[in-house]
Amino acid sequence: MLVFIIRRLLQSMLVLLAVSIVVFVGLYAVGDPVDILLPDDANQSERQAAIRSLGLDKPLITQYGIFLGKAVQGDLGTSFVFNIPSIELILSRMPATLELALCAMVIAVLIGIPLGLWAGLKPGSAADEVITTGSILGFSLPGFWQGLMLIMIFSVWLGWLPSNGRGTTGTIFGIETSFATWDGLRHLLLPAINLALFKLAMMIRLTRAGVRETMPLDFVKFARAKGVSEPRIVLVHVLKNILVPIVTVIGMELGSLIAFSTVTETIFAWPGMGKLIIDSINKLDRPVVVAYLLVVTMMFILINLVVDLLYATLDPRVRLKGVSE
Amino acid sequence: MSAVPANPTAPEPEKRWRMLWREFAENRRAVAALVVCGLLLAAALLSPLIAPQNPYDLTVIDMFDSRMPPGSVNPDGFHYWLGTDGQGRDMLSAMLYGLRLSLMVGVVSGVLAIAFGVSLGLVAAYWGGFVDALIMRVVDFMLGFPTIMVALILLAVLGQGVDKVIFALVMVQWAYFARAVRGTALIERGKEYVDAAVSLGFSRPRIVFGHILPNCLPPIIVIGTMQIAHAISTEATLSFLGLGLPITEPSLGLLIANGFAYLLSGQYWISVYPGLLLLVTIFSINVVGDRLRDVLNPRLQK
Repeated sequence: MLVFIIRRLLQSMLVLLAVSIVVFVGLYAVGDPVDILLPDDANQSERQAAIRSLGLDKPLITQYGIFLGKAVQGDLGTSFVFNIPSIELILSRMPATLELALCAMVIAVLIGIPLGLWAGLKPGSAADEVITTGSILGFSLPGFWQGLMLIMIFSVWLGWLPSNGRGTTGTIFGIETSFATWDGLRHLLLPAINLALFKLAMMIRLTRAGVRETMPLDFVKFARAKGVSEPRIVLVHVLKNILVPIVTVIGMELGSLIAFSTVTETIFAWPGMGKLIIDSINKLDRPVVVAYLLVVTMMFILINLVVDLLYATLDPRVRLKGVSE
Repeated sequence: MSAVPANPTAPEPEKRWRMLWREFAENRRAVAALVVCGLLLAAALLSPLIAPQNPYDLTVIDMFDSRMPPGSVNPDGFHYWLGTDGQGRDMLSAMLYGLRLSLMVGVVSGVLAIAFGVSLGLVAAYWGGFVDALIMRVVDFMLGFPTIMVALILLAVLGQGVDKVIFALVMVQWAYFARAVRGTALIERGKEYVDAAVSLGFSRPRIVFGHILPNCLPPIIVIGTMQIAHAISTEATLSFLGLGLPITEPSLGLLIANGFAYLLSGQYWISVYPGLLLLVTIFSINVVGDRLRDVLNPRLQK
């Protein structure tokens, strides 16, 4: 097990290095950040000074070398726009994004799995038709448009819920969160639902497919013959079997929720990492873009590792490469 | 125990497709969705002929007609059935042209991703060893990251444009095909007909593309359908975020983005109608794909 984890972490280092090179070199080719940072009436010497102070006058390889040297010490550069360390900027926005993603995942799991079970146990019934069609619809709704519709209905027409920002946040256990206040919760609801709908549809489909493939298996017939009650068969025996793919997907999708939150955060003006990256791309704030991508890559690597470990725990048939020998 | 019918050969190809169609058609929702897909495709292809107005032709667009609600008639007697956008363009016409662009981007990127991903998947499965390991590492790497993220990075680096969007979409999609095809091809490779072809001395490319590929088609068809829907949605999302297509080429995503500013003041039609069209398009493609998955999935066959 330890060998497996160490090997994976070493691989991750290589992945991070590769991502940093690709992104650094790629971003270097796009636009000139000096144009955006300086006022229009800046003269030539001011320009030169700015270029020098940002280190943009050095050759690309040297710039990357300097970046890498500092990155190893945890310094991912200073934001051109905010003039604070980019890693600090990203970490300060992270709680808002995580809160949103977590909340969305909980909504998706708590509603999606029961609906999927219901549809899967009665294939072809009216309930199945409605749930399946609904899930395809949820799958098909473009996230950003669905967000606009939520705003239009609940904020503009009905005026029930606010459409932007995070509202008043309070602190629970020293973490600033929207869960702490009523106003914060009201602000959280629409973005969380918007982010959850796609995953909700996915949960329904996964659970339904799992149930349909598991129910005809011999062990279910055996349990029935043994006189195990139907609810127990479904909730214990079948659910345990379909949980493996579901847990994998929950894990992997948690990463994708963080990525997709860029869209939701942009629409609902939610002050998280996703809105930060879009703003930074538009303002050519290179250090923030590079730092964001490295942070997110690291998060994905960690999530994937945890998923693989969970997978092995849930299903003993899965053997981790590097463990077996 | 009754005797097993002494007919080990598969049904004729033609008959097989007819059987699949019959099974597909058992589900009315799927057939309806297929019809809608056909209609949308026709509307997109014929948009220059059927659109009431050419939304790119500045001489027919009147700024005074901007943001007129659906059903309005301008002083020249021109009906804006779905209203006009912020620049005075007829929404219906803009949507038809947008649909054409969105479908084009989705289909082209899907076909290119299939060609690229399937080739790599077949190569990995047939050659095995180091080649296989290398290709599958890259596939794992690609699938470890969400589509939108990779596309976002690529476009942040590449800039806007139809070709760039298509390139980014191919890059995020090919890995799905490569993985699915490799799995199927590995199973096919162990079958007797491949041994027969090898012993007849056929060349590798002929065996791989002529014999193994046709038997790997079902998963390619299913994933291909779903991925085209996904590509259309992703393109719209990227354009909405301002990273996809340029303003001069308004796909459905860009039309919706343009309407965002007016939505809060109650001028809903600029965002709502293109969004509905986008939704219907993606939804009907997904319904067809969903049914194909059920029909072609060997695990669910009775």
